[in-house]
Amino acid sequence: MEYVLIFISAIFVNNIVLAQFLGICPFLGVSKKISTGIGMTGAVTFVMVIATIVTYLLQKYVLDAFHVGYLQTISFILVIAALVQLVEIILKKVSPPLYQALGVFLPLITTNCAILGVAIMTIQKNLNLLQAVAFSTATAIGFGLALIIFAGIREQLELVDLPKGMKGTPIALLVAGILALAFMGFAGLV
Amino acid sequence: MNQWKNFSKGFFKENAVFTLLLGMCPTLGVTSSAINGLGMGLATTFVLIMSNLVVSLVKDLIPDKVRIPSFIVIIASFVTVVQLLMQAYLPALFESLGLFIPLIVVNCIVLGRAESFASKNGFVSSMIDGAGMGLGFAMALTILGSVREFLGSGKIFGTIIYPEQYGMLVFVLAPGAFIALGYLIAIINKLKKA
Repeated sequence: MEYVLIFISAIFVNNIVLAQFLGICPFLGVSKKISTGIGMTGAVTFVMVIATIVTYLLQKYVLDAFHVGYLQTISFILVIAALVQLVEIILKKVSPPLYQALGVFLPLITTNCAILGVAIMTIQKNLNLLQAVAFSTATAIGFGLALIIFAGIREQLELVDLPKGMKGTPIALLVAGILALAFMGFAGLV
Repeated sequence: MNQWKNFSKGFFKENAVFTLLLGMCPTLGVTSSAINGLGMGLATTFVLIMSNLVVSLVKDLIPDKVRIPSFIVIIASFVTVVQLLMQAYLPALFESLGLFIPLIVVNCIVLGRAESFASKNGFVSSMIDGAGMGLGFAMALTILGSVREFLGSGKIFGTIIYPEQYGMLVFVLAPGAFIALGYLIAIINKLKKA
């Protein structure tokens, strides 16, 4: 039951993009087509879960053990940057088709604040390792859900006649706002 | 290069938020009030100036291949400095900005300026560039924060303009951030064409 709650809370109630404003750059940047949205979601899920596990262990066995908590920001971002590179190299070697699908998105992920954000939130919420895995997976699914719905709407928007000033980013932000309003309906569910 | 032009480009021509659309996460996340926007903007400005200074000083010592990781370490160090200083002297602001302080590290503006400006220019113009870009970012955040605070709770910087019960609460909440920024950018697009 506890894990069900973690999932519902991270996917719908506290959606990472629409309620917590993390990962807005890829949300606006790669949401022009559903297919790229799906690719980005795959890459984010992959990296987010691995990064959360690694940073969790780093925090518990290195930073806490040696009382150097103030190094959290520096060490986490370095680990995430290195991890993204590593994932890229391994994927290229082990599974070329998967690399073909996710490859372009991997370098972009280092500066995706959702990854670092989830790693820090996991520590702040004092989760255990299994909960951390559930939390990061659910957050990534929430990110994917928002991104794919948004991409679907933007594909339709291409066909709409808009005033000149509203074209591009402004209308995308308005749509995101209305989507966030819809997601607010889930508030109070957990 | 003309230093005044270098400084002022961050406000209008290359404003990070309104024209380049960089650093969207803190822009949307912390602007529920004008003071939060200003605080976040100034914290980012400090990181930008200092990281631009250090990057421009050490640019010749860093091998090209490890350029980006080195920049990230420099930026992360200054973010940690800001984080600790705020926690000590401005605990209330630190609480309300929360997670977004450590996330200055992954703000694309900071790494973007280090890579595209500070790694090619001297330290004086790099610092001026950082100050201009940072203050332009702070200006954008303060404007957005004021608009949201005014529409949502009838205040600007905590000064009551009209009674709170007439405010539209949605503008203080998440959806209002997207909607307010969308209209602001639309207005700026319109002004630029005119």
